[in-house]
Amino acid sequence: MSITVKAGSRLYGATSTTELIVVKTPHAELELTIGGHPALLSAAERTGGTDVADGHGGGAAMGKRYVDEAGSVELLCTKAGEGVPAVAGEVLQLKDAKPLPASD
Amino acid sequence: MHLASLVEMVESGFDERVLLGSVAEPVTGAQFGQLVRAGASTLPGYTSLVYAGENHPLLPVALFSAAWAGIPFVPVNYRLEDAHLISLINRQPGALVLADEHTAARLGGIKEPVQLFDEWLANLPAEAPASEPPFDDDEVAVVLYTSGTTSEPKAALLRHRHLMAYLLGTVEFGGAGDDEAVLVSVPPYHVAGVANMLSNTFSGRRLVYLRHFDPATWLGTVRTEGVTHAMVVPTMLARIVEALDGAEAGVASLRSLSYGGSKVSERVLTTALLAFPTTGFVNAYGLTETASTIAVLGPDDHRAAISSDDPAVKRRLSSAGQVLPTIEVEIRDDMEQPVAAGETGMIYLRGEQISGEYASGSVLDADGWFCTRDRGSLDSEGYLFIEGRADDTIIRGGENIAPAEIETVLLAHPAVQEACVVGIPDDVWGQRIVSAVVLRVGQSVDEEALRDYVRHELRGSKTPDTIVFRDSLPHTDTGKMLRRVVLTELTQSLS
Repeated sequence: MSITVKAGSRLYGATSTTELIVVKTPHAELELTIGGHPALLSAAERTGGTDVADGHGGGAAMGKRYVDEAGSVELLCTKAGEGVPAVAGEVLQLKDAKPLPASD
Repeated sequence: MHLASLVEMVESGFDERVLLGSVAEPVTGAQFGQLVRAGASTLPGYTSLVYAGENHPLLPVALFSAAWAGIPFVPVNYRLEDAHLISLINRQPGALVLADEHTAARLGGIKEPVQLFDEWLANLPAEAPASEPPFDDDEVAVVLYTSGTTSEPKAALLRHRHLMAYLLGTVEFGGAGDDEAVLVSVPPYHVAGVANMLSNTFSGRRLVYLRHFDPATWLGTVRTEGVTHAMVVPTMLARIVEALDGAEAGVASLRSLSYGGSKVSERVLTTALLAFPTTGFVNAYGLTETASTIAVLGPDDHRAAISSDDPAVKRRLSSAGQVLPTIEVEIRDDMEQPVAAGETGMIYLRGEQISGEYASGSVLDADGWFCTRDRGSLDSEGYLFIEGRADDTIIRGGENIAPAEIETVLLAHPAVQEACVVGIPDDVWGQRIVSAVVLRVGQSVDEEALRDYVRHELRGSKTPDTIVFRDSLPHTDTGKMLRRVVLTELTQSLS
């Protein structure tokens, strides 16, 4: 099941506290899950519970970016939670940050 | 991504961490979020939020309130003369103008409502009403008037996506330790003043503001506030070095000192490196239209350049460092073709943070490249050397001459404090080279000796035809030489 997103869309985990923002996406339609459950576009649709599918847990960390292998989808975690995001079944990986020396 | 998203991240990620204010009057992430929501609740109906005043401990509340309300933040240069300042504000019909006391008293002639920033803050509702932040990151977040050293100020537009691209590309959320504090002395209307509100809030580093800069207050504040990071423009660095007069700064807390905004003299930089022996130096290069920094010379680069015997590495001390991994750079010739490493040309940039857009329209080309109108070169390892504005290039007898090259030589002379090289109209050569020079206090040198010195370092065609001495030279208040003012004065006095 896919949802319609664009850069800036906010995503909520159905069964975890995880919240993400879409930084970039190659298509408007994405088959997005958080913790193995379809990602929600509104916090009000949350079902509650703590059920996270195998391989889709371990935690998304606040302020970290998550990307697919191709680097075409990028999400930013704005609220930490147990469920991690996946696109079409592929669990997204933590993006290596290369912070620069503070310049301003 | 929209800047308003940052507010929620800061509230939950740094709820108890101090993000703003002095040690005596701290503001935590949770309190900051409350202030921003309350601030935004005063803004419906306005088309933009103009800020006309000095730095203020709660300045970021103004920027983020505007973002949350979905309207642009427009910091203007309160140091401009009245008529000029008013004309800039009048270019923002429908704005709410927040001003400091001194500036508000000068804004009698404007149509838009003016409130004192302190009063606006004092009257914010204690309980912020629930509201949803906007999402559309293609909206304009910040309007900045370029400093206009060569022409009239232009309104540069920075959209949310540009600023967020800079932030996500260069700063790690929560990357700062909770003991870190940054001292801000650049004014609110400078792109670095906008960028540092975002990057320090995002990294979780407390922002401490100097209302206006002087060297003694700056050094004192670094000590009393335990400041770990600071950014200055080169004029400020020069004044700090001058005030120290050869002594060490004695600021053990200061880990990082970043400078940028215009060219720094090599003498000032090497003296500063000695005065701050335990501080890492960072040189940043960027333009208003590039949403701040696009190239950085980091502490390791500085150390390598100082300690190396290799001339190519040593020379990098005067470079702007390497461009960010998220930015593409090309140096192009007059036919807009890329040139080889080591050759000088026009600097072109491309990347998600590059706006290249003014109120009058975008100047990006069809492929998204932005012409900076700065001339420069890249060395074999990608270090970027800035040679100055293309519009300042002197053409003498068909030869292109960068004033910065001659100024660098003049500034290395022990008697020279400041130098500005311009081309004035000449019947024979097209332009001839004239330099205005300010001597250091207690030093003297005559025109011929100084011309000989330049001729020895460069060559005849790059030696100023005339050198005149002045008591001071005109600058913008962020330290950029006002070349067109110097040019006008010299053209009149020498013709």
